[in-house]
Amino acid sequence: MSAVQKYSGNDADIRLWSFPGGIHPPERKAPANQAPIQRLALADEFIIPLRQHIGALSEVQVAVGDHVLKGDLLSAPGIEHGLPVHAPTSGEIIEIGEFPLNHPSGLSGPGIRLRSDHLDSWGERKPLADYQQHNHLEVLEHLQHMGIAGLGGAGFPTARKVASAQGIDCLIINGAECEPYIAADDRLMREHADEIVRGSLILQWLTHAKSILIAIEDNKPEAIAAMRNALAQANENTLATQASELALKVVVIPTKYPSGGERQLTQILTGKQVPANGLPADIGILMHNTGTAWAVCRAIDHGEPLLERVVTLTGEAIRRPCTAWVPLGTPVQHLLEQVDFQPEAQQRVIIGGPMMGFTLPHLQVPVIKTTNCVLAPTRKELPPAGPEMPCIRCGACADVCPASLLPQQLYWLANANDYDGLKAHHLADCIECGACAYVCPSEIPLVQYYRQAKAEMREQAIEHHKAEIARQRFEARQARLEREKQERLERHAQAAKAREEALAARKQQPQASDDGAPRTPAKPDANTDPVASAVARAKARKAEREAARAESKESPAESATEAAPPEDPKKAAVAAAIARAKARKAAKQKDEDS
Amino acid sequence: MSFFIASSPHHHLRRSTADLMRLVLIAMIPGVLAQWYFFGWGVILQLILAIGVALAAEAVCLLARNREPSSGLRDYTAVVTAALLAVSIPPLAPWWVIVIGTLFSIVIVKHLFGGVGHNIFNPAMAGYVLLLVSFPVQMTSWLPPATIAQELPGFWDSVRVLLFGFTGDGYSLEQIRRVDTGAMLDAVVMATPLDHIKTELAQGYTLSEAKSAIIFQGAAGTGWQWVNLAYLAGGLYLLKQRVITWHIPGALLGSLGLLALIGAVFAPDSLPNVDIHLLSGATMLAAFFIATDPVSAATSTRGKLVYAALIGLLIYVIRTWGGYPDAVAFAVLLANLCVPVIDQYTRPTVYGHHEERR
Repeated sequence: MSAVQKYSGNDADIRLWSFPGGIHPPERKAPANQAPIQRLALADEFIIPLRQHIGALSEVQVAVGDHVLKGDLLSAPGIEHGLPVHAPTSGEIIEIGEFPLNHPSGLSGPGIRLRSDHLDSWGERKPLADYQQHNHLEVLEHLQHMGIAGLGGAGFPTARKVASAQGIDCLIINGAECEPYIAADDRLMREHADEIVRGSLILQWLTHAKSILIAIEDNKPEAIAAMRNALAQANENTLATQASELALKVVVIPTKYPSGGERQLTQILTGKQVPANGLPADIGILMHNTGTAWAVCRAIDHGEPLLERVVTLTGEAIRRPCTAWVPLGTPVQHLLEQVDFQPEAQQRVIIGGPMMGFTLPHLQVPVIKTTNCVLAPTRKELPPAGPEMPCIRCGACADVCPASLLPQQLYWLANANDYDGLKAHHLADCIECGACAYVCPSEIPLVQYYRQAKAEMREQAIEHHKAEIARQRFEARQARLEREKQERLERHAQAAKAREEALAARKQQPQASDDGAPRTPAKPDANTDPVASAVARAKARKAEREAARAESKESPAESATEAAPPEDPKKAAVAAAIARAKARKAAKQKDEDS
Repeated sequence: MSFFIASSPHHHLRRSTADLMRLVLIAMIPGVLAQWYFFGWGVILQLILAIGVALAAEAVCLLARNREPSSGLRDYTAVVTAALLAVSIPPLAPWWVIVIGTLFSIVIVKHLFGGVGHNIFNPAMAGYVLLLVSFPVQMTSWLPPATIAQELPGFWDSVRVLLFGFTGDGYSLEQIRRVDTGAMLDAVVMATPLDHIKTELAQGYTLSEAKSAIIFQGAAGTGWQWVNLAYLAGGLYLLKQRVITWHIPGALLGSLGLLALIGAVFAPDSLPNVDIHLLSGATMLAAFFIATDPVSAATSTRGKLVYAALIGLLIYVIRTWGGYPDAVAFAVLLANLCVPVIDQYTRPTVYGHHEERR
């Protein structure tokens, strides 16, 4: 393969830093990046998952059989910053149900199926012309309603990202596109540099950033030139309208994987590291992908929701590799049919690049906002991983880790399920870039181990959380039982006091009996005195109930029988004595406890 | 149709453990050739014997541990261990010396600790130390370099000495080792340069007196310096091929050289010079081939520097004040013991955690 022409020549005042580690896998951006972005034939059917991004699920606003126009709302924005979804083209809603997700899990999720009428006719578009006349909230709301999400990584809702970022110094537009094969941002920058710059200025206006840095790896000279041109023009125009000290620069960075990672690019451009559990905003930086900037521009200037994106279709199993404008919701099956996909045995179809992409089990999944590449490599091109060999502790993984982790240490710990050790070695800071597994001479699928360990740790954290709640509940219950016991004992004490008083009163009468049940009213023949026996029964029953309540959790059946009303005063007296004994025992127990 | 599921990354640098080990073996060739030139066929015979025994022992161990023997044999780690041990022992040591050493290295030091990647000691050096303390006579019977030897046994004589202890003409190893010093009536048994210096200095001679011996034609001992330079060349090849990084050889040679320099400045006549330390004994072999064994070395970059500097320090200390003329094996094993501690305290600061540290 011919060497890719490298581009250099940053402004003199731009200083670049470096991040530790990193690798230089073959770039293989050609041939997909050679031709302009294409328009492929429109698919017959589209699947629009309701949840395309982080955020709550949005509520469906259409019904089966509805005819919708391109750009029409299909679901309302959710309460918790969920993004709405829009019709990618005009047509009829034919199903609302569960569809396979474009996700590594291969799970299904709620979505809408739309049959295209192939007219692709637009619905109403509401641009936000002169956005600077509106307040920030209105602009952010507009972006929210247009469904704008990050087109680079996790698809985070853009408005939410902007709104939550305070005190931004520097807006970084990420055009690094460091992963091999992927050329979506490259082509977009070459062909739509003006719109990217315009979108960047809108984002800058929203964040009050003092500078905009557009970072591009030096293996994309055409994109760099295009962006520089667009910036030169923009600089002339913006100087009049926006703060004149605004620095707007294209920064050429050396090609090294994973320089496009948010944390790595931050370090390259500023020399600063994003705090471990923080966000770039914590050090005054906000980063957006070039595609996102483009989408922002389309949404504000043209009122277009995010309906399509550039997708790289590449790999040697694809006979006509290219980049293409793909309406969101287009099934991958349809895309690959358009570019002459010739699958071989055990073909892999990868969403994303060779380093971080995930394989699809089948092609019935739709393109979503974060789908920047569909890669169908042959076995010769990207041979599948060989058998895993023992780790020889060579440390090559540690040398390339961009987060300065010790991957082989993490591997041992993950194998030993030592979650505390993994935490101490900061597994959470692993960005799963795959550099360690790429260089490992023993072909250990390190990233897979880390993902598994992370999932197990998440699971454990959830379990721990549940256990914590259960513990709190248990402790609350224990406290309540203790409180009830205290109250009971107080009642007993009062009863005892009353009894003593009664006894003292009785002692003044000469006919006191001593039949062993002092609480029983002293009558020579209890059987003949209905009032006395009734009082005794009532008292005994009350004592029984107290005792039974204390015992109930141990043996409800027993307490039920005990609670049965006694038939004669003797029995009642015995029962009362038992109850007293029990109460005494409980009190003693309590004394011992305390 | 359904597609093949795999976990990312889907791309892999095609350089396996076996490739790395093969490169190590290739890089040893200049050193082995130099040893062959100066010390005769013995080294080749020892290599063949050691590799054969190592492969057999590896296969038996893998079978005993219910592992697939072919995969283990194909990674070349046993071959490298055997080769390192074979070039470390005197070329005409009896056959059972290398057999015992290799068996110990592979069976005890490597497989009883869990096989490839699990051994805490460098197998070759552990084997060497076992041999040195068990068979001190055989293990110190180095031949004089070819340039000063009265006669260096040929191939078949070497085989006979190895197997039976005598050449075809009935010379014993002891007799072969004699060197005509010219000054005396009788030829004397020649020690290695480091051994010689140690003995002479212990007897109160000065360094320059010690160095007047016939083996010190050249800077650091005739023959030996060329063997060291040849291993240096092989080591530079490994560096260029990125099999090893500069950290371990750099720190080892740096610390040993620095200490030798300090010694030479303060006691120029009673401590060996920098050139003797760096180009004699097994210094270069240790720096590029032995200390760089990834399994038993520290893993982080800083850890490697500490680990290798420690080896350099130990080599200097043992050579100067210890009971043995050379010290590579002891130094490496002692440093191996320190690896867990070194690894614990040289962990790099993880991205985003700088503030936590201090």
